[in-house]
Amino acid sequence: MGNSITLTIDGQSVSVAEGTTVRAACEQVDTFVPTLCWHENLSPANACRACVVEVKGSRTLVASCSRVAEEGMVVETNTPRVENARRVVAELLTSTTDYSTAPQLMNLVKLSSADTDRFSGGANWEQPVKDDNNLYIRDLAKCILCYRCVEACGDDAQNTFAITVAGRGFNAHIDAGFGRALPESDCVFCGNCVAVCPTGALMGKTEWTLRSQNKWDENQLTTTETICSYCGVGCQLSLHVLDNQIVKVSSPMDHPVTQGMLCVKGRYGYQFVQIEDPTPV
Amino acid sequence: MGEVRRLLPPTDHKSLAVSWDRVVERGFDKAYQRVLDMGSDAAIAEVTASGIMGRGGAAFPTGRKWDSVRSSPGNAKYVVMNADESELGTFKDRVLLEQDPMGPLIGLLIAAQCVGARQAYCYIRGEYREVEAALSQSIDILRDKGWVGKGTVEIEVRRGAGAYIAGEETALFNSIEGKRPEPRVKPPFPTVRGLFGAPTLIQNVETLANVAVLFAHDVKWFRQYGTSATPGTKLVAISGHVNHPGVFEVPFGTRLQEIIDADDLAGGISGTGHLQAVLLGGAAGTFLSSAEVAEVSLDYGPLAKYGASIGSGAVMAFDDSVDLIWVVTKLAHFFADESCGQCVPCRIGTQRVLEILQDGNTWQRESDLRDLGLAMRDASICGLGQTAPVALLSMLDRPYLRRFEMKGDEHVGE
Ligand SMILES: Cc1cc2nc3c(=O)[nH]c(=O)nc-3n(C[C@H](O)[C@H](O)[C@H](O)COP(=O)(O)O)c2cc1C
Ligand code: SF4
Ligand code: SF4
Ligand code: SF4
Repeated sequence: MGNSITLTIDGQSVSVAEGTTVRAACEQVDTFVPTLCWHENLSPANACRACVVEVKGSRTLVASCSRVAEEGMVVETNTPRVENARRVVAELLTSTTDYSTAPQLMNLVKLSSADTDRFSGGANWEQPVKDDNNLYIRDLAKCILCYRCVEACGDDAQNTFAITVAGRGFNAHIDAGFGRALPESDCVFCGNCVAVCPTGALMGKTEWTLRSQNKWDENQLTTTETICSYCGVGCQLSLHVLDNQIVKVSSPMDHPVTQGMLCVKGRYGYQFVQIEDPTPV
Repeated sequence: MGEVRRLLPPTDHKSLAVSWDRVVERGFDKAYQRVLDMGSDAAIAEVTASGIMGRGGAAFPTGRKWDSVRSSPGNAKYVVMNADESELGTFKDRVLLEQDPMGPLIGLLIAAQCVGARQAYCYIRGEYREVEAALSQSIDILRDKGWVGKGTVEIEVRRGAGAYIAGEETALFNSIEGKRPEPRVKPPFPTVRGLFGAPTLIQNVETLANVAVLFAHDVKWFRQYGTSATPGTKLVAISGHVNHPGVFEVPFGTRLQEIIDADDLAGGISGTGHLQAVLLGGAAGTFLSSAEVAEVSLDYGPLAKYGASIGSGAVMAFDDSVDLIWVVTKLAHFFADESCGQCVPCRIGTQRVLEILQDGNTWQRESDLRDLGLAMRDASICGLGQTAPVALLSMLDRPYLRRFEMKGDEHVGE
């Protein structure tokens, strides 16, 4: 570990290792900074701007998820400017997207006292669900364009680069290239985008189907930890089980082997476990 | 005082714009040689002493930027000429490149020598095809003289594809790298991590032209015009209700009223003949009422008192028949179209501003617009989102411009 530096957060002096972000420094002193696009295993996308703080001497607010703390920095996390920005971010997002399965955005609405009607009534992202494969759906009406899926598909994890942002301004959207259906795209169905999506815009087909039948019940879900049996990498799997059926597979984000990322076999190749018919094929 | 021609060639010049003769006639050959002879440290000190500041909008001291790129560690370094010019009402780089392309190019070579770069790029707006052709020919002329090429400084021309945002420096780097032109987070600044992750110096066309004329003369000559805080001359692009719209070169400190009225400049107000307001600095600029126009001069300090800045040098004049809400609606449309979509305040904010203005609700929803505008200014990633609400806010701050509020909705809409 390198040298440590000292900054001030809301009047409190904090020492952190050099290279620590302002957000992480805040965490160290239990100062909560809301985030939407930030993810522990991805490089900061800086896109949602929910995490902005006021840094003395800076003309604009500063995204704490990516700004590296500096010696002597004076940070304020709850000024009127910060509160206004957070609130407006929440109001803009909720005026545009369906946030019914986005807990972090719901939380931001609550803590910023956002008025979700203030900017609504105009254009929004309502659109049909893209249901073009058996493994996961894309309900982009729920997307907040946090870039997490793009990063997970790109050089933060999968290095497949099947999806990216297309279009610009209000028409910017996640796309698999030329508007193609996923099976026609470069997607390898690892589902790592699904694993990091914070809004339910990307969702496993099984979960999505159960939800639409009102059969998805978080309270009834149990989790069984195991190790993938397909190959020698040995990825840690969390099997999410409902009514004695595996309905979703994930991997712990802090697992040293996977960092939460899997391949198509580990994430979606679980049906063999629960096929009752013993007849050999 | 009227027009001064230093960045623009004298009207009685003898050589063709795209020719070696022009380099000689303007003294640019001596300028380049002078820099090679004196060495980078002395040359950068001269740029600093001249007081040149960036002409692309942000007015950052040019010498300081050169120092910083020069002292940043790294083997490969780059210099970039930003000729993307897509701000509404801004067309001065185009005129400059049409009339005297050798100046900015020599400025670019000088910059490369000073910061230690062997590769330079000219990033030019896609619609400027003729200008691009002239620029390429000019580069070839310098190549024939051995001033451009693999052994010294290579210059490559890159064409934009029609996005205003690609003029933002870090988006421009992404574009040259073949990526989507989305602005990057700063810091790190381009001087430390720019194009291909290397220390990069990026300058506006006009800034580089200033460098060329500076070295063709000296600091004393350079500071003959302008104010002590802001030496030199500025190209202004005047459009709207004036008798002679166009690009003019004037010393910093010239009164705005003079720029509008002088016979050899904009030649007075056309239309109804009564000035209502000026939008200074382009789409991201500030409205000044006719009374304010009479008080201000073209300099950063005096303008700051009015919340205004020179920006890229765009001056749009509106006579008293114009509904300014109609104007800000047009501007809102521009920003909603040109936002890259990366961050929430700008992607959705520009859309909501446009909707509120189009609905004719500007004054009823003033406080919502102010909260929204403030959040955009404070929390957007780049200058586009940060300045998109500026013109609107400047209008809200000037209630005396509320002439047309009752018929706002008749005018707006496409
Ligand atoms: C949305 C946006 C568009 C820009 N477009 C241009 C442009 O077309 N030309 C330009 O020189 N600078 C443009 N800039 C400013 C550049 O980011 C940068 O500050 C400038 O090229 C630096 O050169 P200077 O110091 O010589 O002004 C733009 C900035 C923003 C935020
Ligand atoms: S689909 Fe999900 S992960 Fe991807 S940008 Fe939208 S909200 Fe973020
Ligand atoms: S998830 Fe894929 S990579 Fe990981 S152990 Fe299973 S088969 Fe191997
Ligand atoms: S402010 Fe606008 S243009 Fe700039 S990064 Fe954000 S969305 Fe893109």
